Amino acid sequence: MGVLIHLCLTFGMLSLLAVGGGTAVIPEMQTVLSSSFNIDHTTFVHVYSLGQLAPGPNMLMVLIFGLQIAGLLGAGTVLVSFFLPSSVLCLMVGRLWVKVGESPWRRAVQNALEPISIGLMCSGVWSVAKAAINGPLSAGLAVLSLVVILFSRLNPVYMILGAGAAGAYLMHLTGWQ
Amino acid sequence: MRQELSSADQRKGETVGLVSLFIEFLLIGAVSFGGGIVAYQKILLTEKKKWLSQDEFMAALAISQTMPGLNSVNLAVLAGDKLRGGIGALVAMLGLILPGATFVMIAGYAYSEGQDHPIVNLLLAGIAAAATGLLAAITYKIGSKHFQQIKPLVIIVATFVLMSVLHLSLIWVLLIMAPIALFLFRPRG
Repeated sequence: MGVLIHLCLTFGMLSLLAVGGGTAVIPEMQTVLSSSFNIDHTTFVHVYSLGQLAPGPNMLMVLIFGLQIAGLLGAGTVLVSFFLPSSVLCLMVGRLWVKVGESPWRRAVQNALEPISIGLMCSGVWSVAKAAINGPLSAGLAVLSLVVILFSRLNPVYMILGAGAAGAYLMHLTGWQ
Repeated sequence: MRQELSSADQRKGETVGLVSLFIEFLLIGAVSFGGGIVAYQKILLTEKKKWLSQDEFMAALAISQTMPGLNSVNLAVLAGDKLRGGIGALVAMLGLILPGATFVMIAGYAYSEGQDHPIVNLLLAGIAAAATGLLAAITYKIGSKHFQQIKPLVIIVATFVLMSVLHLSLIWVLLIMAPIALFLFRPRG
């Protein structure tokens, strides 16, 4: 029970701090999961990456952490606590907005939060990269997928699956990472 | 002609069914592999079903981006609320996340089973490397115009330093950066 409450508070907090979308909380989530729930950085980055293969909103992989920490109940707890608080807040503010109407301050808040959220995403790239890049092969695959996704219209899911297969084959063959 | 008009009027007056709301968002939740989910929602809401006008959609999108939480989920909540109130918001949100949630739960069980298998670990290592590239690409795409202007760039760098170099917790980073950024971007006039 204690662990469920802890999960609920942790992900409820992350939900309300997710400025500019879920990816902004990646570095914080990685830190908290490691210090409070014993999810090491490698597991974090594996689960995060698996989540990128799923359809729908891109942070649903948080359920896997709930599952690993406290089973099905844990996954349910994480689902509710990560998605409900921000949604309720958005619902209430959305209704208020209809009454108040557009104000220059809404634009100001959005303009102010965008660069903060991008800074947090950069931190996210940094912390995911530290866990995912362990040698020349993984570094090469990361750069390759960055370039392919930036300069082609290939669906990232195919890139990730392709890199998984090619990476596994090459790592098996060469023993490099 | 007159018949078409009256049926269009009728459609406008009709409330959107909860089942139809659920199914439309469920479809998006099921087919949106690889991101771009807001684009699917725009097509659904403004073209396929015409549940929202362009202006209504843009207003909802702006609020979704301003408020914490995932943009696509916030957008589903606002659209659902607009069409059917609180229950509509819940139904649209559930539809959107149900397919992906099922997917990750299956992936989660498979991961727990195969975690210690060497080949699985090699596959995951490749997948993780590519996912890093993907996250970097998304960050670059969203941030490209901000990286080229001085004010946003300063905020980006300061946020990164507080988070990744000084290792402050997220709440402190936001408590420090939000007032500064809000001051820099305050409305003038």
